[in-house]
Amino acid sequence: MSEITRRDVLRRLALALSAAGFVDRVAAQEVHLMTAQAALPTGAYTPKALTAHEYSTLERLTDLIIPVENGAPGAVAAGAAAWIDLIISENTELKDRYATGLAWLDVAMRERGATNFVSATPPQQTALLDQIAYRRNLTSALAPGIEFFTWARRMTVDAFYTSAIGIKDIDYRGNTALASYPAPTEAIAYALKRSGL
Amino acid sequence: MVQVTSSNTVHDVVVVGSGAGGGTTTKVLADLGINVLLLEAGPMLNMADLKEHMWPYNVPHRGVGAKGEGYTGGRSGFTYSATYGGAQLDGEPYTVAPGSDFSWFRSRILGGRTNHYGRVTLRMAEYDFKPRTTDGLGWDWPISYQDLAPYYDKAENFIGVTGTKEGIRSAPDGIFNPPAPLRAHDTLVQRACAKQGIRAVPARQSVTTVPRNGRPACHYCGQCGRGCKSASNYAASYVQIFPAIQTGRVKVIANAMARELITDGSGKVTAVSYIDKTDGIEKQVRCRTVVLAASACESARLLLNSKGPGHPQGLANASGKVGRYLMDTVGSSASAMVPALSGMPHYNSDGYGSHLYVPWWLSDQHKTLNFPRGYHIEVGGGYGMPSVGSFTGVVNRAEGYGVAMKQAIRDEYGTSIGLSGRGEMIPNEQSYCEIDPEVKDRWGIPVLRFHWAWSDHELNQVRHMQTTFRAILESMGGRMAAPAAGGGRGGRGGTQAAAGGGTPGQQAPQTGQTGPQTGQPNTPAGQPTSAMASQQAGQAPAATPGRPPISRGGAIIHEVGTVRMGDDPQASVLNKYCQAHEVKNLFVADAAPFVSNADKNPTHTIVALAWRTAEYLAEEMRKGNV
Repeated sequence: MSEITRRDVLRRLALALSAAGFVDRVAAQEVHLMTAQAALPTGAYTPKALTAHEYSTLERLTDLIIPVENGAPGAVAAGAAAWIDLIISENTELKDRYATGLAWLDVAMRERGATNFVSATPPQQTALLDQIAYRRNLTSALAPGIEFFTWARRMTVDAFYTSAIGIKDIDYRGNTALASYPAPTEAIAYALKRSGL
Repeated sequence: MVQVTSSNTVHDVVVVGSGAGGGTTTKVLADLGINVLLLEAGPMLNMADLKEHMWPYNVPHRGVGAKGEGYTGGRSGFTYSATYGGAQLDGEPYTVAPGSDFSWFRSRILGGRTNHYGRVTLRMAEYDFKPRTTDGLGWDWPISYQDLAPYYDKAENFIGVTGTKEGIRSAPDGIFNPPAPLRAHDTLVQRACAKQGIRAVPARQSVTTVPRNGRPACHYCGQCGRGCKSASNYAASYVQIFPAIQTGRVKVIANAMARELITDGSGKVTAVSYIDKTDGIEKQVRCRTVVLAASACESARLLLNSKGPGHPQGLANASGKVGRYLMDTVGSSASAMVPALSGMPHYNSDGYGSHLYVPWWLSDQHKTLNFPRGYHIEVGGGYGMPSVGSFTGVVNRAEGYGVAMKQAIRDEYGTSIGLSGRGEMIPNEQSYCEIDPEVKDRWGIPVLRFHWAWSDHELNQVRHMQTTFRAILESMGGRMAAPAAGGGRGGRGGTQAAAGGGTPGQQAPQTGQTGPQTGQPNTPAGQPTSAMASQQAGQAPAATPGRPPISRGGAIIHEVGTVRMGDDPQASVLNKYCQAHEVKNLFVADAAPFVSNADKNPTHTIVALAWRTAEYLAEEMRKGNV
């Protein structure tokens, strides 16, 4: 939906609201569709919190956490790094965690023979992640990496699944206006059969 | 606060507060031809501001709140909720006495908490009006079910309530519109309950599923807590007050924080003094009568702060009962991952929040139980709209990264079922509010200090809840999640940890389910806002060994009973018409008049009682008695 059309819908909606106090179902669905199409990712992002190097490191990290899967877009296409940068730009504690954690990745990668994290080979990168993505690997040397990765993974997952791409990926079917609510008979049959009830 | 302005107009009725009680009072009086001036401490509600239908990516922080506070703690906003409010309001503190734990949710917007509430709509049963007669505890109401039933009827006809006639003693039938069908998780819970000999029935929600009074039928987006743009659910703002304004008999003053009731020599209320938040000036509006509906504790605060030569303890408070017998609902929750739901064909599970609930099933068997009063169970589950924190729990359990981690998320999405118990608390002498002797709010108004104590009655009830929840969830093959700290708000079992202030590594069992809906700032699905409200209000203090997971006082946001009604002026503040014993032109129309807090979410009884009070007031005005 173009910006002008969108504004037009908003204006008509505002008129409908002020006249009747509330909207009917058709108008409600129009709003559902309109909001669905609004605020999609736009162009290049200029980091607010991170340096260019830190940002490219974070973007690569999010790519490893939620990669392209069988052609389905992952965290990079979903703009996960940009959202994380926005959030941490307003929170000193989080920003420090990321600055420290991303630097830790570079140091760890140098110890493993690469220049830094983002320029390491994918096998070098995943080898490091295989260490810091699990609490069972906890050692004093790896602790800062594990702690940071837990944050980065959590926030990447949040960023991805709250994006239009992630919502499609998880196959959420709602947020729409229905004339009536149908009984989900197929799902009920499936659940009953497997529950033994 | 030197300047006080006052106009000469004498209003027939000034209503203080615009939630379920104030909205109903305003609507009923306006319909009866009476002019009303309505004071609301927050801003007007603007329908265009409602966040219904928005996706997480339509808001910059996607529900985390400004400054990342959803991750690192601190005060969180209500990103999606229709209500502006919370336990922490800028410049409006309250205090809690040492040894007590209480959280006080305040709403500051036209319509109050009805904009966001869970819309659970339950009539009190006949026995709920006579608790002392039944078991010797607490006090009886001065009215019976038969007194209130006609007003439940009126409310249901006007508002629209889903449900089915079931003939259950603890859950009187009302006038229902057709409920939506059960979903997969509802069906499992209903069958699992049946195995335990427990009857689960269609939920009773203030949602109209048929066109009503110009309001379209529900469109099943599941986002009731964001405020409904089609006004298909009940909120005092768009269902009662906006139409009442159109009668031409209602004037609303928003941003008006009531400070004090002004009386004449005879003790009658002559004016309401309020702070105009837009300019900080104290103003007065004159009135013939006043109806307090500011919320139970705010109404008590207003009376206690209205001191005069004839009433040094506060207005209408010769009995000393104003502020006493504060009650909340007993809350405890549990959730489980149900493998039978894994891999199920996805469907739109939004509906209107709760489609199923469990009325109290042992009302005739209390002699066999070690607690005196009942509870009902609210049911949550389904494929919630993903939100920040929806998958934190599963990711922290699965660990790793990449496609394997994504698969773990997929496998768990929609498989969590949550049960929330909502039980009756017995009023006690240790739970009350009073004026703090020192602390004042930003306008210099003395604030409330809370005292709170649960008793063994409530703790034993919670133990029974937890045993029952486990039996229900395990009989469908569910794997119990670790109980949320405090068990409190909402059996979204752990969304608070998932979306709120939990730190990574913390176990949080949730995968974006839709939750039970009691009185919570309720948004669909992963409920970022409710999770954040939990952060503010819901989490109980660190678990005490042997103490079952009970909500902290106030956390269920069902606070009632601080200006109670009764026949004895020595033991109550209001008569059976919610009129002050001592001040004939003073009425209370929120949950403050409640004598007990049955396991029936209070809003429906607030509405019915306010309706009755407003009709009585109109008749007394017609007769010239007030």
